[in-house]
Amino acid sequence: MRTTVRLLQFLKPFTGWVALSVLLSTATIASGIGLLGTSAYLISRATLQPSIAVLQVAIVGVRFFGISRGVFRYLERLTSHSVNFRLLARLRLWLYRTIEPLAPAKLQDFSSGDLLNRVLADVDTLENFYVRVVAPYAAAGLTIIGMGLFLGRFDLKLGLVLAGGLIFSGVGIPLAAYAIGRGPGKAVVAVKARLSSTLIESIQGIGDLTAFNRSEAAAARLNKLGGSLAQAQHRMVWGSAWINAGNGLLANLTMVAILWLAIPLVSSGQLEGFLLPVVVMLSMASFEAVTPLAVAAQYHSASLESGARLFGMEKITPEVNDPAAPLPIPPLPLRLEVREVSLLYEDNPDNALTNITLRLDPGKKIALVGPSGAGKTSLVNVLLRLWDYDRGEILLNGTDLSRFRAADVRAQFSVISQTAYLFNATLRQNLRLARPGAGDDELHTTLLRAGLDNWTAALPNGLDTWVGEHGLRLSGGERQRLAVARTLLRDTPVVILDEPTANLDAVTEAALIQQLQSALAVKSVLWITHRLVGLEWMDEILVMDGGQIVERGTAAELIKTGGLYARLWEIQQRMLPSTFSKPSSS
Amino acid sequence: MNFDRNLLNTARREWLALALTILLSLLGGLTILLQARQLSAILSAVFIDGQARSAVTSLLVPLLLILIVRALLAWLAEASAGTLAIQVKESLRSQLVNHLFRLGPAYTRGENSAELANTTLQGIENLDAYFSQYLPQAALAGLIPLAVLAVVFPLDWLSGLILLLTAPLIPIFMILIGKASEAATRRQWNALSRLSAYFLDTLQGLRELKLLGQSERRAVKVGEAADQYRLTTMNVLRVTFLSALVLEMVGTISTAVVAVQIGLRLLHGGLGFEQAFFILLLTPEFYLPLRLLGQRFHAGASGITAARRIYAILQTPALLEPAVTVENQANLSIPPQTIAFQNVSFAYPGQAGLAVEDVSFSLRRGELTALVGATGAGKSTLAHLLLRFALPVSGQILVDGVPLETITTELWRKQIAWVPQQPVLFQGTITENIGLGKPLASLAEIQRAAQQASLDQRIAALPAGYDTVLGEFGARLSGGELQRLALARAFLMDAPILVLDEPSGHLDPASEALLEESVRRLCAGRTVLIIAHRLPTVYRADQILVLDHGRIVESGTHPTLTAANGVYARLVNAYGGSRA
Repeated sequence: MRTTVRLLQFLKPFTGWVALSVLLSTATIASGIGLLGTSAYLISRATLQPSIAVLQVAIVGVRFFGISRGVFRYLERLTSHSVNFRLLARLRLWLYRTIEPLAPAKLQDFSSGDLLNRVLADVDTLENFYVRVVAPYAAAGLTIIGMGLFLGRFDLKLGLVLAGGLIFSGVGIPLAAYAIGRGPGKAVVAVKARLSSTLIESIQGIGDLTAFNRSEAAAARLNKLGGSLAQAQHRMVWGSAWINAGNGLLANLTMVAILWLAIPLVSSGQLEGFLLPVVVMLSMASFEAVTPLAVAAQYHSASLESGARLFGMEKITPEVNDPAAPLPIPPLPLRLEVREVSLLYEDNPDNALTNITLRLDPGKKIALVGPSGAGKTSLVNVLLRLWDYDRGEILLNGTDLSRFRAADVRAQFSVISQTAYLFNATLRQNLRLARPGAGDDELHTTLLRAGLDNWTAALPNGLDTWVGEHGLRLSGGERQRLAVARTLLRDTPVVILDEPTANLDAVTEAALIQQLQSALAVKSVLWITHRLVGLEWMDEILVMDGGQIVERGTAAELIKTGGLYARLWEIQQRMLPSTFSKPSSS
Repeated sequence: MNFDRNLLNTARREWLALALTILLSLLGGLTILLQARQLSAILSAVFIDGQARSAVTSLLVPLLLILIVRALLAWLAEASAGTLAIQVKESLRSQLVNHLFRLGPAYTRGENSAELANTTLQGIENLDAYFSQYLPQAALAGLIPLAVLAVVFPLDWLSGLILLLTAPLIPIFMILIGKASEAATRRQWNALSRLSAYFLDTLQGLRELKLLGQSERRAVKVGEAADQYRLTTMNVLRVTFLSALVLEMVGTISTAVVAVQIGLRLLHGGLGFEQAFFILLLTPEFYLPLRLLGQRFHAGASGITAARRIYAILQTPALLEPAVTVENQANLSIPPQTIAFQNVSFAYPGQAGLAVEDVSFSLRRGELTALVGATGAGKSTLAHLLLRFALPVSGQILVDGVPLETITTELWRKQIAWVPQQPVLFQGTITENIGLGKPLASLAEIQRAAQQASLDQRIAALPAGYDTVLGEFGARLSGGELQRLALARAFLMDAPILVLDEPSGHLDPASEALLEESVRRLCAGRTVLIIAHRLPTVYRADQILVLDHGRIVESGTHPTLTAANGVYARLVNAYGGSRA
């Protein structure tokens, strides 16, 4: 119920339009009823052979309703779809505004776009809420009242029976359908989920299964699940096949009941004889209003599930909240100090941090190395105010980070991560994200500094080249250089490198590191890596393991010590060069 | 018009259910005629003849019976149509599953496994409406209007003529509109996909937007995109709705015309009330099946799109089980002494160029052969050919002189164990996952295999030991542990030939040591083909094959290749140099 109310609130700004479209929808139904009603009237009245003048009105009515039905439906569709798209736009915007503060800390559990896909599908489902749920119910309600009153004018009983039959058909049948279909429906969903996961693992593992001679057994297992699905669907079909038949029967039984009540009225002279066929015809035609409600009920329950999932996002509180009275960021140069910072995760101890202390002076270069899961990325998240920390302090020129607005803190940092995210837009738009309003000259200069000038010059559309998903495929090296270009455009005092070479082959890696070294010469740099390559330009190397800093020093010192760093370095030396396993991009 | 040949062939196999569905619907159609006649008779008796309720009770009771029979028939017809669809889907799905396994990994490697799974599940589900709604409705749209005409013509040829002349307008308009609205729907669908994609792109890049300080500005753009979508879509929809208007009007205006012309003739006494009302009741029923067909046309259309993909998979030729001669089975010595690749070439179906070209080499019993080369150089293809996931396009693989394709796959796969880089875990316990290669293995055997793969201690630490269901209660295995599980499978199988794909990623020091130890143990005494990523592996290989673009460019041992100072030497030296 609360979800329904919440959903209806989204319609508030469009109340006028909604009312109009409901009226048009009712008018469409009324025209259908009117067409059959006036036709019946015309025929029974004509049977009594009155003068043509008596019939003129009916003839006009028949012609009018014959045309108006189509016209009303056309107008109704235009209005309702227009409202629907406005609603859709509002929903998406609302969703974005809800999710934006949560990213990325509170979206952690929502794996790689999986949730986002689901949330988007939920919005698509809600799109039906108005056209297929709200409007049909409202129009049916108006029709029931109107027709009940109309027949009630001849005799109260007729009106009551018709309204009763319509309500029973519109409410009782969907409820019964829900009660009967719920069990089998759930079974179908459950079997489908099992079949789906088994299918995916079997197809992904088709090599394992084939090599171990298990493909027939696996196929048999899948076919057995297919059989269970068919069984569950059989139950569902038998449970739902009666709905249409039931609606039809109810409409006809109501008609017979009205006939039964109306015949004595004709005999007693209370009802004119020629009106009997009209009353019967009106009763049958009225059911057009309630037939769509069984489907509407299904859409309604789907909308409720989607709505509940979406509104659930509202309840999540953001990880980091801005202070009530934020301080301005201190003037440059910036000195960053991390003192005894700890971060606990109840559900994911792998990402915890314990007593981290480090100091990044202006222009200094620090490397953070260690095996994956050592907590390197957690530290970055804390620095960027994407995550809060539990103990200790992080100071920017002596003031704790929590005293500033998170967005202001982020404005001091640039991040080059494993894979730079490129939006499905032009090269220019992707670069301008780093500095809105940057001119083409500026962009070209930056591309030159990032070593991309030759590459852009070779693009037929230059800065207008479409990058990302459907456009040009960038190599890993080009992608990362674009990230470098963005960083140069942002021109922040601190740059964080979060394993920027992880997806590159050895040759490209070496080239990128060289590029970074010259481009970031005057910046403070924090470089996170698990590859112990090209660390010569670092002033200090911190080795992390299990959320703690276990060693510090320069590369040469650490190898001499013979600790974790030395062991990692030795393993790396044993690997075949990655140019063997990855195509080198030129 | 919307009949796919493959789908119709499939439907023919379920002809009984289809015939039953159509028969039930037709009988249902007949009850509509009976109901209309009975109702006109009752109304005429009361209205024209002035009879009382008691007098028409004998007419009302049959009417009730007709209504009940009509409902029963409608129920059975719908259930039968649903059953038909379920049967078709089940048989098609099992065909598809069986065929996918016949096609095997050589086919699936070039496909997206999620898409294949989706086609097998949802793609086939999309056929439902085609069989349960469209096909039966197509039959009814042909039959019921004919039945109505047959009844109306003898009663009143003029009304019959109006129905007959207007009926073809509906299919004609439907085809015209269908074409226009198909394009419109596609455009609208594209616009919606673009909007969704834009939104997804924004949400997935949210971290990036935040770091760039652009996430708030982006909200405005999201609103603009949605608004743009509304405007373009409404333009498209206006046309579609207009077409629907025309179609609807054919039905309503015809009804109006029939009503008016009957009314006028009643006025002059040319027709009786009972016939006139009967015809009026039948007129909407005449157009209804045609209009429903129009609605279900779209349901059928989505099925046809799905069917195209399904039948494309089904019609891909599978790797054929060869004709096996008894002689060859007997000639095969176990374990084999030499496996020789002779001028082997291979191309993946549907891909340009050869994946492996004119490759010759031999694997000798008990020796270790290492494959090195870039991604796409043909290492995995050679492994696949040895595993018989596919047959060479030209050239031969000889097992002690016997062509590999004359040995049954079943016999061959008992000789060969496969350790992939990332083994796929199946829903089930650790025991079941290790036991993949030997389903009837005892627990003791499984434990021994786990021990040999240095996995026993990790398993002992799991909540339910060997009965732990993977994925539950945080029972996730790390990359190194997964690799060792694949090794355990191979230990358990204890086959004389081994194909091993070494992990290419870095492991932590402890995992690295455990893995190397287990791999050494597994290789001992077996004929091994290994896709190598580690220097110690190639150091001890009896034979190193350097692949480039599907060809062997160098071969030898580590010392000879280093001395030759070719590709291999250059790459190993360049890397092993002064890096810290």
